[in-house]
Amino acid sequence: MLQIDLWKRIAIALTCAVGLWLALPNAFYGPVEQHNDAAKAIELSGSTPELEAQLALWPDWMPSGLVNLGLDLRGGAHLLAEVKVQDVYAARMEAQWPEVRDALRSLTPVRRQQSPEDELRVRLNDPDKMAQAMEIVRGLARPVTTLTGAGANDIDVRGEDGMIIVTLSDAEKQATDERTMQQSLEIIRRRIDEVGTREPTIQRQGADRILIQVPGIGSAAELKEIIGTTAQLTFNPVVNRGSDANANPGIGNKLLPSVDEEGAYYIVESAPVVTGEELVDAQPSFDQNGSPAVSFRFNTSGARKFGNYTAENIGAPFAIILDDEVISAPTIQSHIPGGSGIITGNFGVEESTNLAVLLRAGALPAGLDFLEERTIGPELGQDSIDAGKVATIIAFVAVLVFMFLSYGLFGIFANIALIINVGMIFGLLSLVGATLTLPGIAGIVLTVGMAVDANVLIFERIREELKTAKGPARAISLGYEKALSAIVDANITTLITAVILFVMGSGPVRGFAITLGFGIITSVFTAIFVTRLLVVIWFEARRPKTIEV
Amino acid sequence: MRLRLFKENSNFDFFKHWKMWLGISGLMMVIAFASFMIQGLNFGIDFRGGTTIRTESPLAVNVAEYRGAMETLDLGDITITEVFDPTFRDDQNVAMIRIQAQDEQEAVTVDTIEAVQAALKGVRPDIKFTSVESVGPKVSGELIQTAAIAVVLAIGAVLIYIWLRFEWQFAVGAVLALVHDVLLTIGIFSELQIRFDLAIIAALLTIVGYSLNDTVVVFDRVRENLRKYKKRDLKEVLNLSINETMSRTFMTSVTTLLALIALFVLGGDVIRGFVFAMIWGVIVGTYSSIFVASAALLYLGVKRDWSKPDANAGNQYANIDA
Repeated sequence: MLQIDLWKRIAIALTCAVGLWLALPNAFYGPVEQHNDAAKAIELSGSTPELEAQLALWPDWMPSGLVNLGLDLRGGAHLLAEVKVQDVYAARMEAQWPEVRDALRSLTPVRRQQSPEDELRVRLNDPDKMAQAMEIVRGLARPVTTLTGAGANDIDVRGEDGMIIVTLSDAEKQATDERTMQQSLEIIRRRIDEVGTREPTIQRQGADRILIQVPGIGSAAELKEIIGTTAQLTFNPVVNRGSDANANPGIGNKLLPSVDEEGAYYIVESAPVVTGEELVDAQPSFDQNGSPAVSFRFNTSGARKFGNYTAENIGAPFAIILDDEVISAPTIQSHIPGGSGIITGNFGVEESTNLAVLLRAGALPAGLDFLEERTIGPELGQDSIDAGKVATIIAFVAVLVFMFLSYGLFGIFANIALIINVGMIFGLLSLVGATLTLPGIAGIVLTVGMAVDANVLIFERIREELKTAKGPARAISLGYEKALSAIVDANITTLITAVILFVMGSGPVRGFAITLGFGIITSVFTAIFVTRLLVVIWFEARRPKTIEV
Repeated sequence: MRLRLFKENSNFDFFKHWKMWLGISGLMMVIAFASFMIQGLNFGIDFRGGTTIRTESPLAVNVAEYRGAMETLDLGDITITEVFDPTFRDDQNVAMIRIQAQDEQEAVTVDTIEAVQAALKGVRPDIKFTSVESVGPKVSGELIQTAAIAVVLAIGAVLIYIWLRFEWQFAVGAVLALVHDVLLTIGIFSELQIRFDLAIIAALLTIVGYSLNDTVVVFDRVRENLRKYKKRDLKEVLNLSINETMSRTFMTSVTTLLALIALFVLGGDVIRGFVFAMIWGVIVGTYSSIFVASAALLYLGVKRDWSKPDANAGNQYANIDA
């Protein structure tokens, strides 16, 4: 009746030991963190005596998984960005235009018409050749390379009173969106890595959003400066320079403001000569006057295009454009063959360094809208940790004392189980690399309060069974058996809510759901197995005639 | 001598005025709902969009001075509240500044935040900004929707689970109790105008879990006793079950409350609203498992013929003492 097989005893003890073993590093958070950082640094860039010393702070054979601290505890910045995937459609249409024009050249001259950004409208000089022209433009379509869009073409072509209208097909739009998101993620990751910060979280959320969390950074504004700019660098021929913000640039051209000169506007050709995509390197440097600048180098094809253009257009101005603003518009003095150059402008040192980082990491394919941003200062995080620690300890002690007063020796058994329980929560959190947030701490405190519930159910049941005087062994065994269904039902329902919270929630709420969920699992385990084992061992040793619960 | 919160072998009649309690609970729900409809919740930026800035300064907070500094920026509705907390040091004077959402989609721009910070630094050079949070209206709309779905899903899932494990009357009783708890919590947040943000939704769902925990324990005993005492009146069986589980209910509620109160007093102001919601939830959850869930069960009646073998029987010892 009151028997637990030896193998079960060993299994229970082992499970507890493993849980506590995994939780152990968290008791030495500082040294273990340094150890982990040093290990990573050595793997990345080789060993130094300093790193070795840090590595030695924590033995290698010990577990080194830590509970990550959430932004609200560590401090840092959080951004939720929406990628303007439609931006890319416009660029695609821009690139489609020369292709369409050249394809139709032999048939009839065509003119480009005003259109929404994601459309290309072309008017034929000779409307009678409409059918033929449509055929030719359709021939330009390429099959879409996606799994779902099999058989679809990348463009839709339709005719409308003498005009051919080209748009991206739905399949192509989907494929483009997917590519845009992948690129954006990759580039944001590269930019943040360039700045060198610890454990950033860069995650895609939903169709077109990216969540970025960087611990330890000063503010969300700083983070936005690094990732917020598209850094779309292009070199375009200048058509005209003026001061009218509403001037009509003409079709195929665009009007852009100057960064440095207040009120100056440039009309440039929309199609760039070379773009930032063909850069291989960008470094902060200084121009001949000693003011900060950025020097850059093109790849072979970029260098050739740039070289040819400068050779043919000596004496003409060209514009260096960053994110639709003209940084400078120098006049081409001579043929520039090597494919390297320097961007001068009204920079500070920090700006030129940032610009070089952005150019190196590559341009974002589309702009970003920031939907949500949060900065938590490290002081506030530390205050929260301190307050959380004190509150948890007090809560813990209060519950331990209360349990002892209520159940005496059995209360002590429950208390030992409770301590193991909290240890195991930390062990599980470390094992899965979960993030501990402030609501997460509340989840642990709540678990401390609720974890005793299963034990209380059992102890109360044992008390009741004792009244019917079946002897202590039978009462204990019946207590466990009869309380089981209530324990299971009660905890499964709570687990259901924890799972829903985890799935639906985000950030801190999710952190809460994790600790609550783990807390339920460990508390049921400790109540059903650990206290039972303790009670049985005690009972076997003492063989009491009567017990008081 | 053991500490006893509830007299052993008690036979308190919980259902003497059960219709009255059911009525009172119903009335409370109506009041809570009315308060929610009339006064509305004090939504935080998570749900309404906008910006909150937390400032810290060694000198006392001067709300008028802060407000004056920001007046020229033309930011629309600004609320400034001083925050007090026993965990603060003497030279720690904290205020929360809330600025309404500025445009359609996005979070507040860097420029706006920088302007606000510069303005405040102008009047208070030693001020620190310990947290700045900004949520665009687009996201906040979605957050509120997700939150509502989460609460409804949780209640629905639980309804199904209890239905499977017990009889449908139990499920209805449990869900009534849940709705009661959620409504009353929303009601007190609207009545006291405590800030309602994402964390409170987490608290609401925890309350759902906790209240259920209680209800299920009582119901489990009711199920057992219904099998044991086939001839007794439903009211008697319910009363007996509640009396039998009462001491456990008190124990668990007290330990949970002990832990929560420690967190409420010492856990800092950032999560105080969250902890308050849970304390309130534990209290109404305990109340509702008796006076709403069980009373509803009494009202609905329940199948008494357990003669057929029941696959859901809690355990094989259920009839051993009969």
